[in-house]
This record gives sequence, C-alpha cells and structure tokens, in this order.
Amino acid sequence: MLRWLIGGGREPQGLAETIGEEQSRNPYTELLVLKAHHDIVRFLVQLDDYRFASAGDDGIVIIWNAQTGEKLVELSGHTQKITAIVTFPSLESCEEKNQLILTASADRTVIVWDGNAGRQVQRVSCFQSTVKCLTVLQRLEVWLSGGNDLCVWNQKLELLCKTSHISDTGISALAEIPNNCVAAAVGKELIIFRLVAPTEGSVEWDIIEVKRLLDHQDNILSLVNVNDVSFVTGSHVGELIIWDIPGWTVRAYERSFWDPAPQLDVQQEIRLCQKPNDVSIHHFTCDEENVFAAVGRGLYVYNLQMKRVIACQKTAHDSNVLHIARLPNRQLTSCSEDGSVRIWELREKQQLAAEPVPTGFFNMWGFGRMNKQATQPVKKHQENGTSCSLELIGDLIGHSSSVEMFLYFEDHGLVTCSADHLIILWKNGERESGLRSLKLFQKLEETGDLYRAA
Amino acid sequence: MISAPDVVAFTKEDEYEEEPYNEPSLPEEYSVPLFPFANQGANPWSKLSGAKFSRDFILISEFSEQVGPQPLLTIPNDTKVFGTFDLNYFSLRIMSVDYQASFVGHPPGSAYPKLNFVEDSKVVLGDSKEGAFAYVHHLTLYDLEARGFVRPFCMAYISADQHKIMQQFQELSAEFSKASECLKSGNRKAFAGELEKKLKDLDYTRTVLHTETEIQKKANDKGFYSSQAIEKANELASVEKSIIEHQDLLKQIRSYPHRKVKGSDLCPGEMEHTQGQADHASTTSNPDESADSDIYTCRPAYTPKLIKAKSTKCFDKKLKTLEELCDTEYFTQTLAQLGHIERMFRGDLCYLLTSQIDRTLLKQQHITNFLFEDFVDADDRMVEKQESVPSQLSQDRLPSRSLEECLIPKVLISVGSYKSSVESVLIKMDQELGDEEYKEVEVTESNSFDPQENLDYLDMDMKGSISSGESIEVLGTEKSTALLAKSDSQASLTVPLSPQVVRSKAVSHRTISEDSIEVLSTCPSEALIPDDFKASYPSAINEEESYADEGAIHFSASINPLELSEAQEGGLENTPPQIDSSCCIGKESNGQLVPLPIPAHTLSDEDGVVSIPPQRYRQKDQHFHVDFAVENTNPSQDNSCETFPAYELDPNHLLASRDVSKTSLDNYSDTSYVSSVASTSSDRTPSSAYPVSLSSERHKKRAGQNALRFIRQYPFAHPAIYSLLSGRTLVVLGEDETIVRKLVTALSIFVPNYGHYAKPVKHWVSSPLHIMDFQKWKLIGLQRVASPGSAGTLHALSRYSRYTSILDLDNKTLRCPLYRGTLVPRLADHRTQIKRGGTYYLHVQSMLTQLCSKAFLYTFCHHLHLPAHDRETEDVVASRQLSFLKLNLGLVNEDIRVVQYLAELLKLHYMHESPGTSNPMLRFDYVPSFLYKI
Repeated sequence: MLRWLIGGGREPQGLAETIGEEQSRNPYTELLVLKAHHDIVRFLVQLDDYRFASAGDDGIVIIWNAQTGEKLVELSGHTQKITAIVTFPSLESCEEKNQLILTASADRTVIVWDGNAGRQVQRVSCFQSTVKCLTVLQRLEVWLSGGNDLCVWNQKLELLCKTSHISDTGISALAEIPNNCVAAAVGKELIIFRLVAPTEGSVEWDIIEVKRLLDHQDNILSLVNVNDVSFVTGSHVGELIIWDIPGWTVRAYERSFWDPAPQLDVQQEIRLCQKPNDVSIHHFTCDEENVFAAVGRGLYVYNLQMKRVIACQKTAHDSNVLHIARLPNRQLTSCSEDGSVRIWELREKQQLAAEPVPTGFFNMWGFGRMNKQATQPVKKHQENGTSCSLELIGDLIGHSSSVEMFLYFEDHGLVTCSADHLIILWKNGERESGLRSLKLFQKLEETGDLYRAA
Repeated sequence: MISAPDVVAFTKEDEYEEEPYNEPSLPEEYSVPLFPFANQGANPWSKLSGAKFSRDFILISEFSEQVGPQPLLTIPNDTKVFGTFDLNYFSLRIMSVDYQASFVGHPPGSAYPKLNFVEDSKVVLGDSKEGAFAYVHHLTLYDLEARGFVRPFCMAYISADQHKIMQQFQELSAEFSKASECLKSGNRKAFAGELEKKLKDLDYTRTVLHTETEIQKKANDKGFYSSQAIEKANELASVEKSIIEHQDLLKQIRSYPHRKVKGSDLCPGEMEHTQGQADHASTTSNPDESADSDIYTCRPAYTPKLIKAKSTKCFDKKLKTLEELCDTEYFTQTLAQLGHIERMFRGDLCYLLTSQIDRTLLKQQHITNFLFEDFVDADDRMVEKQESVPSQLSQDRLPSRSLEECLIPKVLISVGSYKSSVESVLIKMDQELGDEEYKEVEVTESNSFDPQENLDYLDMDMKGSISSGESIEVLGTEKSTALLAKSDSQASLTVPLSPQVVRSKAVSHRTISEDSIEVLSTCPSEALIPDDFKASYPSAINEEESYADEGAIHFSASINPLELSEAQEGGLENTPPQIDSSCCIGKESNGQLVPLPIPAHTLSDEDGVVSIPPQRYRQKDQHFHVDFAVENTNPSQDNSCETFPAYELDPNHLLASRDVSKTSLDNYSDTSYVSSVASTSSDRTPSSAYPVSLSSERHKKRAGQNALRFIRQYPFAHPAIYSLLSGRTLVVLGEDETIVRKLVTALSIFVPNYGHYAKPVKHWVSSPLHIMDFQKWKLIGLQRVASPGSAGTLHALSRYSRYTSILDLDNKTLRCPLYRGTLVPRLADHRTQIKRGGTYYLHVQSMLTQLCSKAFLYTFCHHLHLPAHDRETEDVVASRQLSFLKLNLGLVNEDIRVVQYLAELLKLHYMHESPGTSNPMLRFDYVPSFLYKI
C-alpha cells in the first residue's frame, strides 16, 4: 500500500535495524532548525550551560543559544574551511571570564576568539601546514596545534616550543594523556610526546618524543584517553588497541569487528559492497567500564574489565557512524552519514542463549582480510555471546545529509550538525512545554496580570 | 462509508459558484406577496429605492462668498455614482445648516481682527425630497483674501440609508475628523505662508511709502504739507496698522493650540510646526526678523510686491481653490482619507454592523484570535502600538506616513466604546482649549485610560448645531450618537443580534439623546417621537435608562406598553454584560488580561444649544410622510433602479471592496491564479488601504465551499483535518496544480496561524520537501511528477513521513495518524445540512473559536502547569493536565493533542509579542500512521 510512497525512492535499506513510528521512549518531540551556515557544519563545541559554537566548511563560527536557538554571534575570519575547534579554557573552569575559542583552518591560520565578546582576539598565521587538530592542556595552560609538526602555545599565543617536522601527512588526531603527555596519530604510527614545563632548572618549555607505537596496521582514525592508565586508538581496518600508559604497551587488541554475526535473515543480502572502511573506527567514547566504538556502520561496546565486546549492533546505521556519545541512563547516541541520529540503550541480556550464534557462514564469501581474520582464534567472546545488547529506542530524522556531529545538553536536548548546512536542536517536547508554561506565568506575574485575575 | 448522494465531485471545475438554494415552490394560496421592488432585481434591503444616486458618496461643498453654496467634488469622482442627484441643490441644503457661531473680525474690546479656532460641527440631516441622508461635517478654512478671512466648507457623507448614517455616526465623525484635521493643518500652514508673504509685501510697501514721504518732505520745505503728502502719510499709517494686524493674525495662527493637533495624530509633522511657530511668534516682534527666520524657509525666496492702498476685496477676483487653500500634499492626503472613508462605509448597514461586532468580539479575544482569524487585528494592534509611541510619530514628519496611518482600518465600534467612557473628559479638554462658548462641565468620571488613547478622540467635537434650513431635518448630533454608539457596541456584545434588532436600535436611540440638541425623526414608523419632543431631560441620564431600549424591537408603528416593558427588561438584563464588555475593551487597551474598575458612565453635560420647538418638526414630519409616499409610488424611480449597474445590486459587491476582490479573486479562482507568493503576500501586507477582511470575504466563501466538498467527498476528511489542527503538516500531493491549490486553499481554513501574519500554508511546491518546510508550513501542496526526477520528492516524503500526513489526490488516499476524537466530526460533518460556503466557513470559525477558548483556558490555568507545592512531581501535574483536558474541557482521545498544540502556539505567541520573527519549533509525535482509502 505504501509502495507508491516509498517506491521510486532509493531501494529499501533493510540492513540497519529500524524502529517504527511508535517510539514511546524517545523524548525528542520538538525540533528547531537553525540555519546560518553556508556549507557543511562539522564541529560543535559546548561553551557553557546554554551556549554552543558551530563551525564548518564555510569558515565561520557561530555561537548559538541552545535553549532558544537564537544565533548569538557570528565569527568570521577564516578564508577556508575550519579543521578544528576547541575552547580554552575548556568547560571545567569556565568561570573564567573570557572564554576563548580556538579555531584552525585550512587557510593555515589559527584564530583565537573571545566567545563572550564575539570578536577576534588574535590570529596566528605562521603555520607551514594546515593545523588539523587542536588540543588544550588545561592543567599547564597551554594548547597544542597539530599539523606537520606539533606546536605548543601558551594562553597569550606565544609559541613555547615545537617539534621538528614529523610527517607530510600530518598529525590526524591528538589527545592528551596523563603525565603531561600527548598522543599524536600520524598515519599508522602513534607518537607519544611529553611536555616539559619550565622548572627551576630550565626556563624553556620543551616537547620530547617519548615513544613511537607501530602496532596499527592501518591509519589511526580515532584516539581517546580512557583513564589514568590507558588510552584507546582505533584504525581504519577496525583495530582497536587499548594501551597502557606508563609502559606504552598493548593492553588489549581487538580486531574482530567484521566477524560475521549477522542475523540470518539479512545474510541473503550479503554485503558485497563491503569495503574496509566498513569497519573503520571513526569515533570512540568511553566511560568507566566501557569503550564505545563507532565501527563502520555498527556500534560496539567494549568492556575494559572483561576485555571483550559485550554488546554490538553491527548495522546500527545505513551508513558509517561518524560520532557517538554517552548519554545519561545508559544511553548511547550515534549519528551517521545516512543522516539519522539514533538513540540506543545498553541493556543487560536476560538470556544469553537467545543470541543467535554466529555461524561463520560469512567467511565463505572470501574477502581477503576477512578470511585471514576468520582463521584467527580471537573470537572467544563470540562463542560466549554478548552479555549486553544495544536496543534502539528512537531515531531522529531531520537532516537530509550526513550528520557530522552532535552535542548533548543536559537541559536543552541534543544539537546535531550536518552536511546539509543545518543545525537542528532536538528537544524534549513535554519539558519544553512545561518550561513555556513557566515562562508564561512568569510573564503574567511580571505584568501583574496574574494576581489581578485572582 | 460515504453514501452516494453526499458525494459531490470535488473536481467539478465549471461549477464554481455555489448553486442558489432552490426552495420548493409553495402553493399559491400560501405565498406571501413579494417585496415590491423584488421583480426589478433590487434586493429588499436596498434603501436606494427612493434615492437618485446609486450608492453612497462623499460630497465636498463650499459656501462661496461669490456664488453661494456650490459643490466642489465628489468621492468617488464618478458621475455614475451620484447619477441624477442634484449636487447643487444638496450643497445648498447642507451648507445652509451651517452652524458657525464663529466670529472672525474685530471683537469689541480688541483692536485687531481675531481668529477663532472654531471646532468643526457635525450634523446629520435628511432630505426627504432627494431621498438622501447625510452626515455633514462643516469646517472652516482660513483665507486671507476671503471675507472675514474664512471660507466655510463642508464634507458630507451621503447615503440613502438613514440608519446607516445614524448608527455609524460615531465612526463617520471620527474618520471625517481626521480628514478635516488634515485639511485644516494644511490650511494653517498655507495661511501662515500667505500671511508672511503679505507681511513682506506690507513691509516693502511701507518702505516705499516712507521713502516717498521723505522725498516729498524734502521736496517742499514750505512748512505745510501738501494734500498729497497727507494722503501718503495716511496711507503709511494704514499700512502700519495693517502690518500690526497681520502680525497679530500670524501670531494667532501660529499659536493654534497644539494640544489639538497632538490629539489628531494625523499630521505628526504639524506638531513641530505649530510648536515652532508658537515659540517663534512669541519671541519675534519684528516682521522682518519673523520673515527671515521663517520656519518655512524651504519656500522659494519671495519677492515682495507693492500693495495698493485700496483693498482688492471685490467679487471679480478668483478665490483660491481648496487645493490652494490647503497644501497640495495635505490635500491629496485628505482625498485619500476620504476615499478610505468611502470604502470603509461602503455596503449595507447590516453588513457594516455585523463586521464591526465581529471585529469587536475578535478584539476581545486578543490572546487567541491570531490562531484562526484574519489579519485585521494585526493592523489594529499596529495602530495601537503606534499610538502608544508618540515619540515615534513625531519623529516621522512626512505626511505620507500619517497618510498610511489614517488608512489603516480601525475597529470602529470600539471607538464608540472608548468614547463612551471618556467623553466627559473630552468635553473638559475641549473647553480648556479655549472655546469660551462652552459652559464648564463637571467631570464626574474616573478615568483610567491611557491618555494617549484619549487624545485620539480629542478632536471629536461635542458641539451641537442649529438647524436652519427649510425642509431639512437634522437628525442627530454627536452627543446623541455618542450614546448611541456606546449602547450599540454594548448591546452587540450581549444580544445575539439579528439585523432587525440592530436596525430597531437606530430608532430607539432617539430616546436617549435628549440632553443633546435637535432630535428628530423622519421615519414614519417611529413610534417614540412624542417622547423625543418632551422638554430636555435633566442633564444627568441614568445609565439604566439610557440602555433601556436596547433589546427592543420597534418595527411596528405602534408600541404597546407590554412590549416596552419587555424591552426594558431586556435592557436591564443586558446591563451586566455591557459592563463586561467595556471592561474587556479597557483591558485590551492596556494590554492586560484583567478587567479594570468600571468607570461610571454618568453624563452630566449641558450645552448651550438652541432647542427648537418640536411643533416645527412635527409639521416637517408630516411633510416627510407625504414625500415618502410619493416617492414610493413614483414610477420614475424604477428607471433609476434599472440604471444601477448590476454589480451594485449584488450584495457581495456592495460588501467587498471591489478592486481587491477582483485581484485577489484570481488567486482562488479555478482557472487563473498568480503564484502562491502573491496570494499570501496580498494577505500579508497590512499597509493596503482597505480592510483585508472585506476583501477576503469571497475567499472565505470559496474556501468554505471547497472545504465542504472535500468533507463530503472524502471519508477520511476527519483525520486530515485533525492533522491540520494538531500541527502535523498535511501534504496535498497531486499532479494537477489547480486542483491541489484549490484544496489547499479550502483546507487552509483549518490551519492555525503562528501569529498575526499569513497562514503557514504553501499552495504549491514542486521541489523535494525539506525539514525546514515542515517547520515553516503546516499545509503544503506538492507536485507529483511522473518523471524520474520526482524520486527525490517522494523519497523525502517517505523519509520525513513522521512529520507529515500525506493526502494523495490522484490515488485518493491519505496517510496519517489515527483520529478517534469527537471534535472534528462536529467540525466537518459530511452529512451537514450546511449548503453554502460562507455559512460553512462561519460554522468552522465558530467551532474553532470554541476550540480556541478551550485552549486558552488550558493555557492560562495556573494550577495546571505549575506544581501546587514543592514536593509535587511532574507526573502529578501531568495527570492534572490530562484530567482537566478530559473532564473539564470534555476532550476525547486525539482532541487533546489539538488543544495542546494550540496551547503551545498561544504560549509562544503570548511570550513573543512580536510575531513573525521566527517560526515556532516543529512539534511532532511518534505515532504510527495509517493509510486511508476511499
């Protein structure tokens, strides 16, 4: 019956898990489209409890009010697309007056903005290459820019020190790890640098290469610090490595994400088109127990204690998952190139037996890497089955192109940005309605109408 | 589900106009004699039968000192309009009721001529012979060359319908006052300029004379003056005197009390002028200086002329035209205002009154009315805002701006209501302004209104007038109608009005205007005439009494006591709601929710106006009887009836401003349309000179008719309408643009607005829909294209299916959530007996208004939304909301969603008083959709 509607569209995906229109647990029943960017919006950063900044390929940074959707400030200064954005001082100490926003752009500049005043503070344009990543070491009050080399700057934008030329491809990811160290992903390599702050002995800042880790077989795409003793990296071919920090050793190595555990009904539609990047790890997020990884189109939950994947959703989206984040209530949100945002809930499995046992059927299709992996006896967790499940509790459909990133506000809901140039504010309709009522009566009280009526 | 006879082919294109309702023919013996003029194609309501002109028009006349009363121009300036009506004759009559106690000249005790800033006078008069009734607005303009420096003019609104004049007196007065104020402002400006020129002339003359005298003195040193020299000296003296006189005049004209000007809010620039002039005049004593630092320095430099000793006041000179008398700018502005008046009062009285009542009622619901109503209120709001920001006004000095302002339609009836409670204050103000003729009037009123609003009505004159012409019946003056309008508006708010009731009030109101001047009836069916001719009542009129007759129907020629007592009862019953209404309006004016303390309407003014013995009128009355009879049987008027253009007799045309309905009709017609942008933008521009409500009358009818067809044709109309009411975008998908547009227009009557601007309706789109569209539009006509290019469109549609309901016109399917409420079945009953589009539209409006009030209650019930105490959880509040919706408002199932959605709109609207700035957020539910088929 619905053929006339659906027909003519692209072929039904069928692969990704879907949820019907009835999503009783999806709280987002209100949306507000914010339109100000002229190109892909790639980055969102939270400034404080109610403000966030967005940046993208149009080179402008826009500060928004997350509650009202009001555009507060538009910052323009970059001539090319923005490649990284970071706030400084970051959220932990935002009581400081002037919150700075740092943006790096393909025009080989980094601009420091005053987020409150809405103006450009300073521009640094002495870079040899595009700065692809920025990170702030709050504790040391310095920030680092990663391009072809790694530079350390202080708050006054003075170059403190820099490394020699590292690579032509440049640093693709940068993360702060404990002990004044930063991990930089350069192609397949992971380089650990230590920052030496001036002490009594030396007045100069210095940055020292500590270790080069070469365990990844493909480009490292994602890098995140887990806790004081470990950080995690993910590569293009789906290797997930958890590193011990003091010793820089591999604590756990997981590269079994492409192992076939598909539901039987979808096996008929074998993914002939499957490419390595279907297992590339785009993004991590983690909490005390688990590392959540966006692997290709799927979502995996890797338990740090058990050192295995405890839950997975192999086709969480129709296309690559670009960003994931933990939400309260054991919820996980993911956004994808397919333009949707999905909300998942991590649940303990009641019956382990209910999990369909992987058949290994997929192996017979013989993709090089797959075959190699399939022969490896590393899928012990698969035999045990996963102990938890990710259940889809809602999806947010609004963007017409890939959703690049999202930001979660405790009080204001979810902000998503997309390649369709839009930002959408997703809100809890009921709560918003209540807030509006509250405001209404406040206004009535202000104008004195409330009591006059009574 | 649908039974065959109910189905009307929706796509039937040619049958656009609704079929006239065919009554089954009655047997001969039961038939009632038809209205005598019915066979001539006239509508029985037409009052035009006795008149020689086809419709109402405005006449401007002048009492020329050379040729006497003469008509100057008519609006509309179309000979077809006034037809065979004798303008000259009528000018004579209207000018002969001239009023002016204005004294210009040398008052005793004053050495110089004194200008009197006379108030305009406003009278209603009827001319039985011509079958014309007129509101006449007399005004005086100053002309240096005229006798006594004054030129009497009058503007008359001439209608064949006496009741119209009587009932709309207040509104007419208000509107004409604006026009008059405009003329007078221009005139003051021109007069001042003229005086300055004259002063320069005189000054020049004096210099010349002085030089000549000196020369003569020198020429003969014989010790005595020649007669020539004496003559020169005399001449010089008279020039000196003349200079002083003119200086004084200039001072006077410049010191025109600018409080009056301020009140008129019509010519904001004038305020500055007068202010400046007054200051200036007070400081300057030297005419040269005055001339140099003239504030009208923008004028081209003036070359002074020598003035002959002899006055040139003779009859061969050409008097200035009206346009010359006033500034051209002001003159055109006045013409525009008069054109506006003509449009405003065009049409039948019933219609005018109904729409006024309608607007008043709507205005009272100022919190909810934006949801489903048209955009007139927005204009009102704008007017109010502008009025409340006088500084803004004064900044904009351009007359064009003020023109725009005066063109903005106002809710007329409220003028009366405001007036009713502020008028005694006004009287006082007028007196303060220096009209010494009036006695001091005690102000017994506690006035709690915004002073700005009061100023608005400052220019309303409280002056009476004297009837002096023969066979001219002055029917009423301001005072009586002030009361009249008041009781009108109040009655209108309480009684379910039929036109008859309204009409009868016109008659009954005479009884309450005793304190004012010559009250006279010309209507043969007037039963209460004798009462009118009693001696003046004590000045203070009991409130109850004045409303006593409101509910009464006095159509019968004789009134029996029973009827009267009933009427009085009715009147008494009506009083409490009347209080209500005035409160509501007061509240409105302050932008507040809550009733203000009720002002006591005690009128205690007494004017020193001549009362005319009633006997005279009685005679006149009889004369009128005869006239009336003669005219009725006069065969010649058949011809005049036939000469009317057909459209004049079509009530629709009488109602609507024709130009607008013509242009905008195109958008709605079957065959031709402009783009949807045009159709919406035409609604969106409140600056248009005519009331939008009038113009959209047709659209409403059409929309109603098409909606009715939709409901009859589609069994799934209910869920579709539910979608619209609950804010879920309905996409009407079809190949044929005409059909889609028609249906979209029809269904748009169910779409709630975001604010006072255009409805969130997009009539026709052919590109794929986007999420923004659903946020912006609530009803979309979407093109279905057979080509592969449409894939994107359909894909987008299925992707965003959770935000939309989709009505497929080609396949006759609807995909939307389930609806099980009871509201929409009542709103859109496919078995409804309603046959006419207009009726159905009104039905929908009333249902929706009911719905709005529910939403209002729900939104503004404090305890529903806020926790009663700190420990109360949100769940408790939510359950309280739900039970209120279900039990108190009687809503079932999905109806709750409708009210909740409306409540959200209300909240948003209330909080952001500036609508149109942003679209509200898109609210949606995660509910499954179903596919409906025929």
